[in-house]
Amino acid sequence: MAKLLKNREILLVIAIAALLVAITLRFPGFVAPANLARVYNDTSILIILALGQMAVILTRCIDLSMAANLALCGMVAAMINAAFPGIPIPLIILVVVALGALLGSINGLLVWKLEIPPIVVTLGTLTIFRGTIFLLSKGAWINAHQMSDAFKALPRTSLIGFPVLSWLSVLAIAAVYILMTRTPVGRAFFAVGGNPHAAVYTGIDVGRTRFFAYCLSGGLAGLAGYLWVSRYAVAYVDIAAGFELDIIAACVIGGISIAGGIGSVGGAVLGSLFLGVIKNALPVINISPFAQLAISGTVIIIAVAVNARTEKRKGRVILKKAEAV
Amino acid sequence: MAELNLSPRIIPDRLQSRGNRALKSWESLLLVVAIAIFAINSFASPYFLDPWNLSDATFNFTEKALIAFAMALVIISGEIDLSVASIIALSSTAMGLAVTMGADTPMLVVVGLGTGLLCGAVNGLLITGLGLPSIVVTIGTMSLFRGLSFIILGDQAYTGYPASFAYFGQGYVWWVFSFEFALFVLFAIIYSVLLHKTNFGRAVYAIGNNQTAALFSGVRVGRVKFILFLLTGLMAGIASICLTSRLGSTRPSIALGVELEVVTMVVLGGVSILGGSGTIPGVVLAAFIMGMVTFGFGLLNVPGIVMSIFIGVLLISVIALPILWSRARRRRAH
Repeated sequence: MAKLLKNREILLVIAIAALLVAITLRFPGFVAPANLARVYNDTSILIILALGQMAVILTRCIDLSMAANLALCGMVAAMINAAFPGIPIPLIILVVVALGALLGSINGLLVWKLEIPPIVVTLGTLTIFRGTIFLLSKGAWINAHQMSDAFKALPRTSLIGFPVLSWLSVLAIAAVYILMTRTPVGRAFFAVGGNPHAAVYTGIDVGRTRFFAYCLSGGLAGLAGYLWVSRYAVAYVDIAAGFELDIIAACVIGGISIAGGIGSVGGAVLGSLFLGVIKNALPVINISPFAQLAISGTVIIIAVAVNARTEKRKGRVILKKAEAV
Repeated sequence: MAELNLSPRIIPDRLQSRGNRALKSWESLLLVVAIAIFAINSFASPYFLDPWNLSDATFNFTEKALIAFAMALVIISGEIDLSVASIIALSSTAMGLAVTMGADTPMLVVVGLGTGLLCGAVNGLLITGLGLPSIVVTIGTMSLFRGLSFIILGDQAYTGYPASFAYFGQGYVWWVFSFEFALFVLFAIIYSVLLHKTNFGRAVYAIGNNQTAALFSGVRVGRVKFILFLLTGLMAGIASICLTSRLGSTRPSIALGVELEVVTMVVLGGVSILGGSGTIPGVVLAAFIMGMVTFGFGLLNVPGIVMSIFIGVLLISVIALPILWSRARRRRAH
């Protein structure tokens, strides 16, 4: 039992359940299955992004440019659709995923080849990506009427009872789970973050592994870019501004250590769901949506404090007797 | 975020002469860039060299530079504070709230500085007291502080600051020299002395280079770091007073994204983002460069968001270029 309580995922499941119970006391309709499915659907984009951020954080890096990458890819998707409504949607998705991965690879190359600290690289590319959207769109919005119906309908289309948006996030979870647990690249993410020096001696190229992590986070940001723009049916310079913090918050809450090497797909998903439940619950229990920012800030701080404690417990004193003397 | 450095460190046979070293330093490179930008600007726009115009240009960087001085010390000590823009917002909101309760100008200054110090203390306690990584803590407090402003203000704005409060952001000490510019000069001197001439400054470098070694040499690492975050909060409070006074109003979105510009300024000034090295004169020059570039672009009607592209490119290239340069030199040496 004590061992179970130390497990991060189970703790989070308990926390989310407690949150749901507390909300139900004020508003019973919240836990209806249909509403829970809606909450999941609303959190899907955050989940997709958190999966990418997780890979980057695992390798001791950080990607602050994800939301800007999302916005740029979303704008490109909308512009392609507005200019050539005939182009099939899957092709557009493919293009923006590739574009996102390309933008991510810029981060990756700077971190890999020039060894610039990741936080500086992604702070820089964040503003560059946002500025590029302005240059592309000349500051104009792309509104719902400029997008084709198929473009807007895809995330909403129902497939075996759930919207495609939800299914896509399930697909992303499955794909990243397999990547993390069943492939050499996934192992390398953990190895690089756990101990970069040891990783080098086992034949892992640290820089290249980080590069892959950035390509993954970029590609997922590209996918999220299309989903965001088609779901909200509008594209402009500032979409998802500040969302990079929510993504990092989801990872931190999910027990992914900012020091690298520790984390799991389940943690990233549950961390995102925790934020998603809070976001969706605030309006129904009559708390001003303006409070959301302060709440996520508080949750980040609490989560990182909890993480630090559990990680400390994991440390082993090898020469216990010698130290006691 | 520990960095992996497997390349051998090259130790030269003999030390460079003082003159040679000064000539090759990052600061002298910055000085050349600053002069070049000044020259380009004067050619590009006939209005640039007007003394009042130049005075206006200083407002582009004074508030950010005030924070950058304290941020430089934080980054040299190996930490970072991403919450500064949110501290500006919360401090400004607190002052707005104080106005509605009938506070006069001296009281507003106390409220502004107090809020800044309090925010800095929260950061410092979380980072040194609980031993948490500063990057995550300040990402958290960045949301928390601005979130509190949003809770207090919502979609409203505070205006109606007393007329005498306008002096801090709009007043002039003498001729074209604004109060903000005087503050900038004053704090540039204070922080230069603090970092380069005091034991405290040595301790900051020591912590940034090797925290464990510093601890074993008797430096009170926790206390020094706590003071650094306190100072950053205080400087953000001062910047908030200046900015609020200059704008004459407070919205919760005030100073959004300023943390990025402050960090860019510090890094452009030659402070290593990994900690352990950097100077205040470098930061002063970087402040001038960024201020004049944005002002020059403004005279040429370049939109703000395009300037931000330039700042992003500047941030990456000022770090990338020395790395590429030293790599090319090492290749030649082999």
